[in-house]
Amino acid sequence: MAINYGSKRIVVGAHYGLRDWLAQRVTAVLMALFTVAIIVQVLLPGELDYYRWAGIFAHQWMKVLTFVTIAAILWHAWVGVRDVLMDYVQNVGARLVLQVAAIVWLVACAGWALQVLWSL
Amino acid sequence: MADAIKAIKKRPGAMTFGDATSYRLPPAGVVSILHRISGLLLLVLMPFVIWLFDKSVSSEVSYDVFRAAFAAGIGFVPAFIVKLATLVLIWAFLQHFCAGVRHLYLDVTHKVTKDFGRQSAQAVLVVSLVLTVLFGAKLFGLY
Repeated sequence: MAINYGSKRIVVGAHYGLRDWLAQRVTAVLMALFTVAIIVQVLLPGELDYYRWAGIFAHQWMKVLTFVTIAAILWHAWVGVRDVLMDYVQNVGARLVLQVAAIVWLVACAGWALQVLWSL
Repeated sequence: MADAIKAIKKRPGAMTFGDATSYRLPPAGVVSILHRISGLLLLVLMPFVIWLFDKSVSSEVSYDVFRAAFAAGIGFVPAFIVKLATLVLIWAFLQHFCAGVRHLYLDVTHKVTKDFGRQSAQAVLVVSLVLTVLFGAKLFGLY
């Protein structure tokens, strides 16, 4: 365990600022990769009908990437909306209500998206 | 003493919404606030995205519903509104994506000069708007 006493004692910071900052960037890169993967496959030659579009999501690696992207969106959007609410909603009660609403909204969306993904 | 009190009273204090609308923002500031606005739009439009994903990919029947939503509307919602919502979605995504790439680029390269901040912000605004126009024209069948 890291030394946390004497001159090494950390007296400030919960350090979730750095964790969220890093998570925001890692999840952004994951979503960008997903975007590129979709664009490349859509731009491949051939008419883009239902079979080709659905075929893109038929590959196992694409399902895994989509799953990871949904998780990334959930986390990324939470960090973002929490920052916005902390900046603009000063009333603690109103902020708590809005933060809970955002979590419910995001979890519900993620659940629906996973339901669609896993029924493919 | 009176002057001192006057000086204290003149302090700006917390920024209000009125202040925010009256400030003249530099391009980087415009990109910053648009990043928040586009992010919130994407959050609000998330069920619409999942609906589009569901209908387009689930089955041939649902794919026809997806196509019809843009051609003839769905339920009480006319096709024009579906296309408009999609256009908002496209702009919000492109704006957020381009500004996000700028964020990552600034983080990785440490290019934090005032000039580069302004130029890259202008580039983000131009690229996202041009791409929005291109995708929007395609969406509304202009080419």
